[in-house]
Amino acid sequence: MLLIVCPHCGPRDQTEFSHGGEAGRVRPANPEVLGDAEWTDYLFMRTNPKGVHKERWCHSAGCRKWFVTGRDTRSHGWVK
Amino acid sequence: MRTYSALALLREGLSGHRGWQRAWADATPKPHYDVVIIGGGGHGLATAHYLAAEHGISNVAVLEKGWIGGGNTGRNTTIVRSNYLWDESARLYDHALGLWEGLSDALNYNVMFSQRGVMNLAHNLGDVREGKRRVNALRLNGVDSEWLEPAAVKAFCPPLEVGAAARYPVMGATLQRRAGTARHDAVAWGYARAASARGVDIIQNCEVTGFRREGGRIAAIETTRGSMTAGKVGMVVAGHSSVLADMAGFRLPVESHTLQALVSEPVKPVLDTVVMSNAVHVYVSQSDKGELVIGAGIDDYLSYAQRGSFPVIEHQMGALLALFPSFSRLRMLRGWGGTVDICPDASPIIGRTPLDNLFINCGWGTGGFKATPGSGHVFAHTIARGEPHPLAAPFGLERFTSGRLIDEHGAAAVAH
Repeated sequence: MLLIVCPHCGPRDQTEFSHGGEAGRVRPANPEVLGDAEWTDYLFMRTNPKGVHKERWCHSAGCRKWFVTGRDTRSHGWVK
Repeated sequence: MRTYSALALLREGLSGHRGWQRAWADATPKPHYDVVIIGGGGHGLATAHYLAAEHGISNVAVLEKGWIGGGNTGRNTTIVRSNYLWDESARLYDHALGLWEGLSDALNYNVMFSQRGVMNLAHNLGDVREGKRRVNALRLNGVDSEWLEPAAVKAFCPPLEVGAAARYPVMGATLQRRAGTARHDAVAWGYARAASARGVDIIQNCEVTGFRREGGRIAAIETTRGSMTAGKVGMVVAGHSSVLADMAGFRLPVESHTLQALVSEPVKPVLDTVVMSNAVHVYVSQSDKGELVIGAGIDDYLSYAQRGSFPVIEHQMGALLALFPSFSRLRMLRGWGGTVDICPDASPIIGRTPLDNLFINCGWGTGGFKATPGSGHVFAHTIARGEPHPLAAPFGLERFTSGRLIDEHGAAAVAH
């Protein structure tokens, strides 16, 4: 079980949280001017690193705050 | 390679079992191969086997960073079925099931394929409608499937709790009788042995560390056991697909998650089929050793750790005991996790890549084991001909650009 640090509530069990996927993906400002390849990259392609992954979590069974944190996908250790 | 037979077993039994040979040769890397397959799991070994057996390409190496059968091939719940909703999936997975039916003979290796049936339970009206729709879709595609009413479910699987007072009342089930289980290690070992006998080099403890690219092609493969050149390269590395694609300079729409499973202590025969429940998300069968093999869904965060989290175990055991109250006193023996590559549409990627001589087979996610023979068969064709096998054509990487997804989320008889 992961122990996840909510910036508002402090360390809590993983079961209180929802995983929100890769952080930092920004919806293109003008999708209509994008080519298919760029739109595909935004919609479907993922970094999926073996190493530090910047990811979003939501403290969904607590304060409901969304936040971004780094986690090493090899060890599950938290990284700033 | 000496053929396995009842006579050979008798002969060895009488002479103290001292004459058995190694199943496959432990090869050292050569500087050049016609085809290099990266990944010595079931899919990679099957690909190498069919390249040699059906396409006459035997100057092939299979590079495995660990040992044969040590990755996801040895970390699944051994279930084989082809009850997929969409036409493209039904054809691909049923092609695999057809190969499973003759696999032990074809490989001269007992993969212990047991067509004990796979039953998918319906616990609510939505499940019932979805199940009946899937039965009809499968029949239209020529895949065997039938709908069982609750009394028939109970008769087919007596230990299952189907009463109206059950925590998850059983309102029916789909049944595929040709489906079942196979011995997972034996599949890897059988393909390795058959491929090795045809001249394929099986190279273990050989991790790919990089590619040398020239003019949109892979010119050389760098490994922990030296570099080599290859006419064509097939990448079949499941959870590490993104890592290798990154080395080759392109991105994939897959994410790597942990899928874990566990087994109970061995008990006498109690369950002679495979029972899956989509709604409560657990699936269970009994191995030939007597252990109950129990699986569930993925952990929802990315992981390469091959280590699952406890909440999933807690959930799946709760669901299991609601379905089978008689299992409540069983102790669990061991658990394990594998790293699976999940696609946005829960369907695999088979075909070409942005690099001219690099082919990819990945994205099987939680359901790769059942497809092993079919996956290897169509991928070998794809590599040998340089264009997709007709059954693999809809599964190309380009579908994410064209939008022609094969969305098996929730449609594939179990949630992903």
